[in-house]
Amino acid sequence: MFDVERWQEIFETIGKNKLRTFLTGLSVASGIFILVILLGFSTGIQKGVKTQFAQDAESRVNVWTGVTTKEYAGLNPGRRIQMHNSDLENVDQKFGEAIEHQTGLYNIWGGQVNYGNETGNYRIEGANYGQQFIENAGLSAGRFLTQKDEEEGVKVAIIGQKVKNDLFKTEQAVGATIKIMGINFLVAGVFTDPGGEREESRIFIPLSTAQRVFNAGDKLRSMAFTVKMSDNFDEAVALSAAVSQGIEDEIKSRYQISPDDRSAVRVRYNLEEAQKIYSLIDTIRMVFWFVGIGTIIAGVVGVSNIMLIIVKERTKEIGVRKALGALPSSIIGMILQESIFITAIAGFLGLFLGVGLLELIGPQIDSDFIKFPQVDFVTAMSTVIILIVAGALAGYIPARRAANIRPIEALRDE
Amino acid sequence: MIEIKDLHKSYQMGSNSLHVLKGIDFSVKEGELVSIMGSSGSGKSTLLNILGMLDEADEGTYNLDNVPIKNLNEKVAAQYRNKFLGFIFQSFNLINYKNALDNVSMPLYYQGMKRAERTDRAMHYLEKVGLAQWATHLPSEMSGGQKQRVAIARALASDPKVLLADEPTGALDTKTSYEVMDLIQGINDEGKTILVVTHEPDIAEMTKRIVNLKDGRIIDDSVVNQVKASLHV
Repeated sequence: MFDVERWQEIFETIGKNKLRTFLTGLSVASGIFILVILLGFSTGIQKGVKTQFAQDAESRVNVWTGVTTKEYAGLNPGRRIQMHNSDLENVDQKFGEAIEHQTGLYNIWGGQVNYGNETGNYRIEGANYGQQFIENAGLSAGRFLTQKDEEEGVKVAIIGQKVKNDLFKTEQAVGATIKIMGINFLVAGVFTDPGGEREESRIFIPLSTAQRVFNAGDKLRSMAFTVKMSDNFDEAVALSAAVSQGIEDEIKSRYQISPDDRSAVRVRYNLEEAQKIYSLIDTIRMVFWFVGIGTIIAGVVGVSNIMLIIVKERTKEIGVRKALGALPSSIIGMILQESIFITAIAGFLGLFLGVGLLELIGPQIDSDFIKFPQVDFVTAMSTVIILIVAGALAGYIPARRAANIRPIEALRDE
Repeated sequence: MIEIKDLHKSYQMGSNSLHVLKGIDFSVKEGELVSIMGSSGSGKSTLLNILGMLDEADEGTYNLDNVPIKNLNEKVAAQYRNKFLGFIFQSFNLINYKNALDNVSMPLYYQGMKRAERTDRAMHYLEKVGLAQWATHLPSEMSGGQKQRVAIARALASDPKVLLADEPTGALDTKTSYEVMDLIQGINDEGKTILVVTHEPDIAEMTKRIVNLKDGRIIDDSVVNQVKASLHV
């Protein structure tokens, strides 16, 4: 492999047969090019789909309560279960280690909001500062809710981008005062949400403030958490499932609800959905690899074919070399190394063209399901390894054929 | 140098078996210049292929410099060819994308010799055949006679025990043929053992011994008065 003489031989052969080498390389280069583009787009799809499902944190767990449907411990069905602040504290105490962010929620659906002459109906959510992470919200102006807001019960509102656009148009919203159901609130921030307009037509106010101004005491409509993510996705799903089950059991025992009552307490975790989506993405990725590898196989068969023709064309030369004392192994090495070299160089060319194209046009692709296609380092390295193996495979059969050339037949003068 | 006893060789042509060599007894001493003559189909090429270890006999023994040549695997055969034999072909068989010097140094490359030494030795043999100034030329830039002289330099480069020439003048005109034969005679005069296969009587006359082959048997084997090719040049 590192024999200088051998490389000189190879460069000589290639130098003397430029067109042939170019054609050989072209099929491999296009194969790798197509594979890289496909893989880039599979990453793009992955990102696009992820964005679609990124409106909330993927490890989000929601807890609602409803009406009991089963008799339990002497209590009749039909009881309405109402959660309180103490439930949140209790969950926080019991599962704190697995929980990253938490918030109790007290919502008003369709609360009227005024600013100057503009009016709109929006969902008002009393939440605490954990909401930002649970909602996956970003900020376009100002700040989010803080612990201080929560403790002091101040009348501040973080409004969604849609609300801002509706009420304020191009005016600055932060620092202005809006009326929520007739009560003055100071706009402290404007949030964005990957979920889009629907998620952005909401207004967050501190939970304690909401409970006070809407006369809710310490009642909660629902609770939301994010579970700590681990690097292993399956572990994260398992943790999510365990925490969800734990919270459900906990609330059921606190309010004396039958363990098999499905309607009184409902806990839903996003990871379960995410897992389904990711397995779909994995399938797409696998299909793309399959197609890409298929393309490379076509390229490799092409190289193999051309190498066979080369061997045929060089039959006489190989015969002469054998007559002059070339060992079979040196003939195999010569053909194999040339094949790997051509495949590798052409493949790298295809790789760079593919990566280059993705880098160039990738950032401009941002539709619903394909977003910023690109290839990562690991993928690029995998294709490089595929290349070397492909080159060796492509060269092997022609090399064997070359080694088996009988000098007498090769040298026969016709 | 060469000892052959009762050599047989048949080829399978479809369902027919073609008996090409029917018991050849033949020996060549060191320093001889022997021509093998015969019409086409007489078996002379087959004999040369067996002598050149490019083909193997069905029966009989073949000793080259007291080494039995029998049941060689590809690797050993390649090593023996490199060490013992130099080939000269009718159609020269130079590698057309390598220049004269590289062509001559090829057997040395397969001996594993370093490039500098190889170039040095190849140059020496190119000088010997009078083509030193053509070292960097490609075969396509040379005349037939020049190409054959490069091929002779190549055959000599590994300093083999025996030179095997298969119709070395078959593709050359008379004048050039005699120049090549003059060169071959000169090499023989230095002590190299040379076998020449030819069907041209005037070429055969320029060797020291003529072996006549017909239908796979030696029908005549006689020492002749060598005609010096230099007289015709």
